[in-house]
Amino acid sequence: MTVSTAVPVRLPLGKALNHGLRQAMLDDPRVMLIGEDVGTLGGVFRVTEGLLEEFGASRVINSPLAESSIVGTAIGLALRGFRPVCEIQFDGFIYPAFDQIVSQLAKIRARSGGKLTAPVTIRVPVGGGIGAVEHHSESNEAYFCHTAGLRVVSCASPADAHLMIQQAIACDDPVVFYEPKRRYWDTDDIVLGPPTSGGLGLNQARVAREGDAVTLITYGPTVRTGLDAAAVAASEGHSIEVVDLRSLSPLDLPTLGASVTKTRRAIVVHEAPTFAGLGAEIAATLTEHYFELLEAPVLRVGGYNTPYPPSRAEDLYLPDIDRVLDAIDVVLAY
Amino acid sequence: MLQATRRDGTSGHQQSLGDHRHKDGALVETATVFSRSGTRTGWPEPLRLLRPDGTIDPGSPVRLEVTGELCRQLYRDMLLARRLDQEAYNLQRQGELGLWLSCQGQEAAQVGSIRATRETDWVFPSYREHAVGLVRGLSPGELLSQWRGCSHSGWDPTKYNLHMYSLVLGTQALHATGYAMGVRAERADEVVLAYLGDGATSQGDVSEALNWAVIANVPIIFFCQNNQWAISTPVSAQTGTPLHQRAAGFGLDATYVDGNDVLAVYAVTRDQADRVRSGGVPGFVEALTYRMAGHSTSDDPRRYRDAAEVEAWQLRDPLTRLLAYMEAQDWADPRWGDQLRDEADQLAADTRAACFALPPPLLEDTFRNTLVTETGPLRAERERFTAYRESFL
Repeated sequence: MTVSTAVPVRLPLGKALNHGLRQAMLDDPRVMLIGEDVGTLGGVFRVTEGLLEEFGASRVINSPLAESSIVGTAIGLALRGFRPVCEIQFDGFIYPAFDQIVSQLAKIRARSGGKLTAPVTIRVPVGGGIGAVEHHSESNEAYFCHTAGLRVVSCASPADAHLMIQQAIACDDPVVFYEPKRRYWDTDDIVLGPPTSGGLGLNQARVAREGDAVTLITYGPTVRTGLDAAAVAASEGHSIEVVDLRSLSPLDLPTLGASVTKTRRAIVVHEAPTFAGLGAEIAATLTEHYFELLEAPVLRVGGYNTPYPPSRAEDLYLPDIDRVLDAIDVVLAY
Repeated sequence: MLQATRRDGTSGHQQSLGDHRHKDGALVETATVFSRSGTRTGWPEPLRLLRPDGTIDPGSPVRLEVTGELCRQLYRDMLLARRLDQEAYNLQRQGELGLWLSCQGQEAAQVGSIRATRETDWVFPSYREHAVGLVRGLSPGELLSQWRGCSHSGWDPTKYNLHMYSLVLGTQALHATGYAMGVRAERADEVVLAYLGDGATSQGDVSEALNWAVIANVPIIFFCQNNQWAISTPVSAQTGTPLHQRAAGFGLDATYVDGNDVLAVYAVTRDQADRVRSGGVPGFVEALTYRMAGHSTSDDPRRYRDAAEVEAWQLRDPLTRLLAYMEAQDWADPRWGDQLRDEADQLAADTRAACFALPPPLLEDTFRNTLVTETGPLRAERERFTAYRESFL
């Protein structure tokens, strides 16, 4: 069953996710939603709005306020053959579930010698920029990228949100699915319906803007930051390529390699602190593979290596257009 | 301070625990054999049918039609488990297993409970349920594989409806609860049995599981083997209230049973399974037992508990108790005993042979089993590893 629209409709990212979840639930009766306030309220960001009414309480399960329970029971449901989609209400609330994600979910297949699989999707609103109180603005993707057995993805646009959530649910491996919360209200024209053949796969990066002088590698909330910076740089005469990673683990090395082969300069931009973050991994990998053709060191523009600050200081903490433009100037000066 | 935990059996909290009162309605103080493990005076006595001296308690509230056939089956299960356990322990001492966690002393709790399930009922063990595994049909090799370092789990859980061991304490309680949610959603005629120990009850996951299981009213029984020791930590340092009473506080139908009385364990678990199968609230069984060996082959229990305590529990041995009863009933024919001894000898020999026959693990398999869909970077790393390894051949 499909709910495809012949013509694109203009939707915000959060609503695109809602349509994607609905499509996945229509396509597969074993898809279930589990999380805090995902029922009547539709989640604190309304991403599951209307799904309780349409699919009933047996498929849209309001959990007690216990994140370990959300993931732990999802594992049990997956062992029974269901495809649970967990909602962690905010990034900073995921840590009570850390053991269930890292020691249990991620390792079930390897521990069982390939006998068991747990196709669980864990949705996580991520990052800052909305003036939130503490523990509501974190970027913790590096913990999960470091864990073998997990796939980690981040959508950046409404179209990708709609597509990627369906791909994540259909994926037979566990997926940590990051949603850039300050972009929930970004709008886009998207065609509703199940994934069509020929589109990007869940593990593929996307060149969001073509250029030939510098590659900006980014994902999630800072894709728009990168595109905005590239537009300004263009007005200054610099041609910047922006790569939206989409998949954080695994990394799409062919796409990154093709871009860097062209530009010979790369900058990684993310909200997370830079130390031992995804930028460090990408810089190391690009250096290992493309040392001889790089014209400049791979730079990182990210959150500072401090706890996330009070929200009235977050504009200084988060990578912004000016910090990205400064990094572009640095790599172009080599 | 300790006396303050005494329950008079009249509070509302005790209403659901009526089974734990003796027939005269009073709670009886526990025996003094609980020395350093510290089960506190004033805590209730567990349900019991077969007394430690091998006689039936005529006043027991436990209802069970006790037959020679049932006794012989339960005794056989326990004896085979003990024999395998001893052989595995020896293999560890001889350097053939990296670690072994003995289940000696807990055979009645394990055999009585697993025999009360149907083969279609999924079981989520902790990590010491070797008797459960044997009853479910695991081969010695499948049971030993993990402890020899040949796998992280030696059996296919879907073949035996027996999940992998969970070494991170209590995590399986949530998996079992989720699985039971699935059973309920499918309206399947199944019950889920989750094993855990007294130490695991301190884990948040266990409290979360008990709580949500009741809210969702899923078909599950949590079976807690209170063997009184979590490595060196006695249960008195683990909980300030009897574990079955804590479970009752979450809203489960909680039962407290002598875990060394295989007949009572069997009867109590069977009753819980029947009740849960027909839609009743989740069940909790606390089986009071004793871990005769150390936590694992890596610790010396003499460092933290008294010999007198161990000797006292030796007198409550589950096998000795049942055999004494069977002999008094003339249900233990010498020929049956001889056959069983031969069978146990054969199992020990098979266990030893299976241990040596276990194939070493292949790192390539770990690569292949990391994800269902192998990713590009993982494939590249596997191929580099294989080329490196083959460069030595």
